[in-house]
Amino acid sequence: MGPLITQGIISPEWNPMIAFIIGIGFGFALEQAGFSSSRKMIGIFYGYDMIVVRMFLTAVLTSAIGLLFFNYLGWVDYDLLYVNPTFIWSAIIGGLFVGLGIIMSGFCPGTSFSALSIGKIDAMAFVGGIALGVFFYAETFELLFEKLFKAGNLGNIRIYDTLGISPGLFMFLFIIFGIGLFWFTIFIKKKFSARNLKY
Amino acid sequence: MNSNMEAKKYMNPYLAGFILGLALIASFYFSGRGVGASGAVKSTVTTVVNTIAPEHAQDSHFYGKYIKGGKNPMNAWLVFEILGVIFGGLISGALSGRLKFTIEHSPKITAKTRIILAISGGFFVGIGASLGRGCASGAAMSGMAVLSTAGFISFMAIFGGAFLFAYFFRKLWI
Repeated sequence: MGPLITQGIISPEWNPMIAFIIGIGFGFALEQAGFSSSRKMIGIFYGYDMIVVRMFLTAVLTSAIGLLFFNYLGWVDYDLLYVNPTFIWSAIIGGLFVGLGIIMSGFCPGTSFSALSIGKIDAMAFVGGIALGVFFYAETFELLFEKLFKAGNLGNIRIYDTLGISPGLFMFLFIIFGIGLFWFTIFIKKKFSARNLKY
Repeated sequence: MNSNMEAKKYMNPYLAGFILGLALIASFYFSGRGVGASGAVKSTVTTVVNTIAPEHAQDSHFYGKYIKGGKNPMNAWLVFEILGVIFGGLISGALSGRLKFTIEHSPKITAKTRIILAISGGFFVGIGASLGRGCASGAAMSGMAVLSTAGFISFMAIFGGAFLFAYFFRKLWI
């Protein structure tokens, strides 16, 4: 029963190898879908390309449904999976900073690594920029960010507990939402395809 | 699609998303955790600072927790995962004939503008991903995979932020 390494069924020494193999799947899927192109990825924000919603949401729904089923079937202990803690203010403000950076650069960290792997020089510049941002954050952490970083800790909570509904009902609503959004992307793309951008 | 380097078309995004979803399930099934990207840069920056100014790094509330007790920040799950991402991207690019050193930008802006904006965007992403405990893959996607509240908040903040600022940067893209 999973998670295999967390439970000691496989030795933690395997972690780097497994991380590497999963990374290959991640990087391969990103590049194949076209996330290695900043102009393709940014299309979602101007209505001319929908891969971000289509791929991102498909990946989220696939994994969320899959892990819920793994739990029901007893293949994985849902409580041992890492749930990132909810710090409400740092998540919102940090997320807005990331959003600003994405619209300026056309990359998020994951896609930039897939882009630099095929030789995009702008992606290498972006990764350098991230390093500068992390360095700035680290050096001013105590002065500017520490209070905000630690404020509003709600713990390692899950969305269905926050909303007070069952996991199954939440998943059902999430799937309906996803299908609605997929349908919406067809509508939006038709509306904006007249621009006929070349990229 | 007018350029000859576009040897093969991109994969159907739903199929690519499904493959990525399977990789995410595997990640949780084996290691009990999701994927990420910005964490690998954090490890690298911490290592560089710790090499150049070890005392400064030990004192810092930020670097300190990654190097406590002689821990090596480069020996982190995300570092190996990102090496895999680069390798996986390289395989995909080679199979589809997309390997080429290039600066991709809209014809309306220069390569120099593109590079400056890429570095500046990276700078904000670096701050935001550190403050928000992860980026679109680490906090939002992996969080939502286990239905964490944090994942949904990060997702809304990141995409909401990008839509919010999209108008001001439209000349870069369209």
